[in-house]
Amino acid sequence: MLNMILKSGRLIDPLSGKDETVDILIRNGRIEKMGKSVKHDSTFEAINLTGKIVTPGLIDMHVHLREPGFEHKETIETGCLAAAHGGFTAVCCMPNTNPTIDDESVARYVHEKGKQVCEGIVDVYPIASATKGRKGVELSPMAELAKAGAVGFSDDGSPIMSAEIMRRALEYSSMYGVPVIQHAEDVTMTQGGSMNEGLQATRLGMPGIPPVAEELMVARDIILLRYAPEAKYHVAHVSARGTLEWIRNAKREGLSITCEVTPHHFTLTDEAVSGFDTNTKMNPPLRTKNDIMAIKEAFKDGTIDVIATDHAPHTIDEKEVEFLQAPFGIVGLETAIGLSVTELIETKVLSWMQLVEKFCTNPRRILSLPQIKVEEGEPANLTFLDPTVEWKVDIHSFHSKSKNSPFDGRILRGRALGVVNKGRRLFFPS
Amino acid sequence: MKLKNRHLLGLEGVSKEDIGLILDTGQSFKEVLERPIKKVPPLQGKTIVNLFFESSTRTRISFELAERRLSADVVSFATAGSSVSKGETLKDTARNIEAMKIDMVVIRHSSPGAAHFLSRVVEANVINAGDGAHEHPTQALLDMMTLKAKYGSLEGVRVCIVGDILHSRVARSNIYGLITMGAKVSVCGPATLIPRGIEKLGVQVSHSLEDVIPHVDVLNVLRIQVERQQSGFFPSLREYHRYFGVTKEKVSKAAKPITIMHPGPINRDVELSADLADSEHSVILEQVTNGVAVRMAVLYLLGAA
Repeated sequence: MLNMILKSGRLIDPLSGKDETVDILIRNGRIEKMGKSVKHDSTFEAINLTGKIVTPGLIDMHVHLREPGFEHKETIETGCLAAAHGGFTAVCCMPNTNPTIDDESVARYVHEKGKQVCEGIVDVYPIASATKGRKGVELSPMAELAKAGAVGFSDDGSPIMSAEIMRRALEYSSMYGVPVIQHAEDVTMTQGGSMNEGLQATRLGMPGIPPVAEELMVARDIILLRYAPEAKYHVAHVSARGTLEWIRNAKREGLSITCEVTPHHFTLTDEAVSGFDTNTKMNPPLRTKNDIMAIKEAFKDGTIDVIATDHAPHTIDEKEVEFLQAPFGIVGLETAIGLSVTELIETKVLSWMQLVEKFCTNPRRILSLPQIKVEEGEPANLTFLDPTVEWKVDIHSFHSKSKNSPFDGRILRGRALGVVNKGRRLFFPS
Repeated sequence: MKLKNRHLLGLEGVSKEDIGLILDTGQSFKEVLERPIKKVPPLQGKTIVNLFFESSTRTRISFELAERRLSADVVSFATAGSSVSKGETLKDTARNIEAMKIDMVVIRHSSPGAAHFLSRVVEANVINAGDGAHEHPTQALLDMMTLKAKYGSLEGVRVCIVGDILHSRVARSNIYGLITMGAKVSVCGPATLIPRGIEKLGVQVSHSLEDVIPHVDVLNVLRIQVERQQSGFFPSLREYHRYFGVTKEKVSKAAKPITIMHPGPINRDVELSADLADSEHSVILEQVTNGVAVRMAVLYLLGAA
């Protein structure tokens, strides 16, 4: 069993409000003692964390693990390995698998498989589809799915276009306190679209995805949420300035609305598409500098609750095709911390405490998952970060099965050092 | 003389010197085309593959003629639709063809960036013969060659591109090339067919031909695709013709005669009236002749070792 002493790390724990240097003694996978200069005998492996950060285990609430059905892109095992190396002890996986996670048996399979792979160091929480087959026509068996471990309902990638079905999904899911997560896109406006509509798409002659397609869907959903106020509504991967404005106002109004933003949307703009690299093709698409500014403002005023990656593995062969034919999405688990530290901490958009909230306590609250307590007597579920190390992204070193990242070769600051969960540890050479 | 880039993927970012060199070289080849024997030897021993993933008659014939007149060995390959729909990826198609030891590839494809993509996966010189709505650099070069012959220089020539700018690679390449060469460029079409942010490329935008006509020397009239009407971009061909169709009556309002260009094929009496297409101010057939010459220039400058 896991016995170790973590020396002199800076604990940042939003739940207790602690931001202090402590030693943490772990015996048999549990936190036995915390404090200054904790005594220990030589059977405990000592890890010096001076200058490093310790947080409750981080969670990525938006990943695609591709299993079952698309194991050539990623499996639950490779996805969990990538997650652990990215500093996550939990992930929520989206239901666009084959079969869809719209049935108890599939939800249970995914959840249980997570316990078997990587010694269970990453907890896998399925997000089930809101409608059967993600077709937007009939509701999924939400009660059964919630019982089988589903923590959210989403037709991710296929927005719920019917207002009537969306209304019913909000009403029905509200009985179980499980959020409906919307990929917000009015698809009547985005047919054939491959990148943000605007100057860059005009330059490149590329069919555009207008930002208002996202805004429209969120605006509609907010109106529906007013009509079904018991529901919890979460907007996935917000990309556009206008959308954030709607969410900000809806929050002020007291509606139960939350949202997430991905690292690529606060790092890159549509100018990155210039060379037609299909690793800059994702949905929602990369937007503009103006949108990144809006995202940073929304981080500062708390409009954005969560950072999630939308980790979307695709093989090289799938991505090495003409831009219009290429699938949407990039991998994100192993670059999320580096991008967040580089773009949000170094630029003082967020404090460390706020960053940990967005990677841990907020998503857990939204998904009604138990909060991780960093306290004596509690199981150790921790992430270790080096806040200052500079490193170069190398897609070949990714643990994910897929390498589709636009960040290859980019210099980032800040990286995960290791994780502890379920009495297991994983430390990686920095 | 050499071009800076070993591919011709588009005109965006291509220097004034390089465009000037292509146009001048094109002029020399035009003289060759006047001779009784039109064949010259610079690409003897070179093999060129024309990869046309989208149907095209004139561009393909124009390239083939240009290649043969430079004495290259030519293979043409045409298939409608994407390579993906055939089950083979573009990358595989290209690599397979390259394995047969070819020197240059001319590609026409419906996806923007297809030529860029190809240039990354093969060693051969790549010439873009149209990639989706992105660029069609040799079309713009032949347009510029035609205008240069007419006006002596492109500096200050006022060109308005009329029609479906949103879906037009001809418009984009002309905008990039003409602005680099010092021409004054405007676009005119229904609001639904003018792409967002285009004014930031340095062009004036108008929705009224009547407003534009008194202020231009040249109207480059784009083909309107009938399918665009079905996708809701404009209400009817009749209304399009009435408001954006270029007719003798409308151009008669100009102080001096306006030069009429069209990349072809023309929908007669839709975007351009038949009498105007056949009038003395139309340079449409000259464009076609210059197309062969300017393509010879591009092939020669990229391919002659």
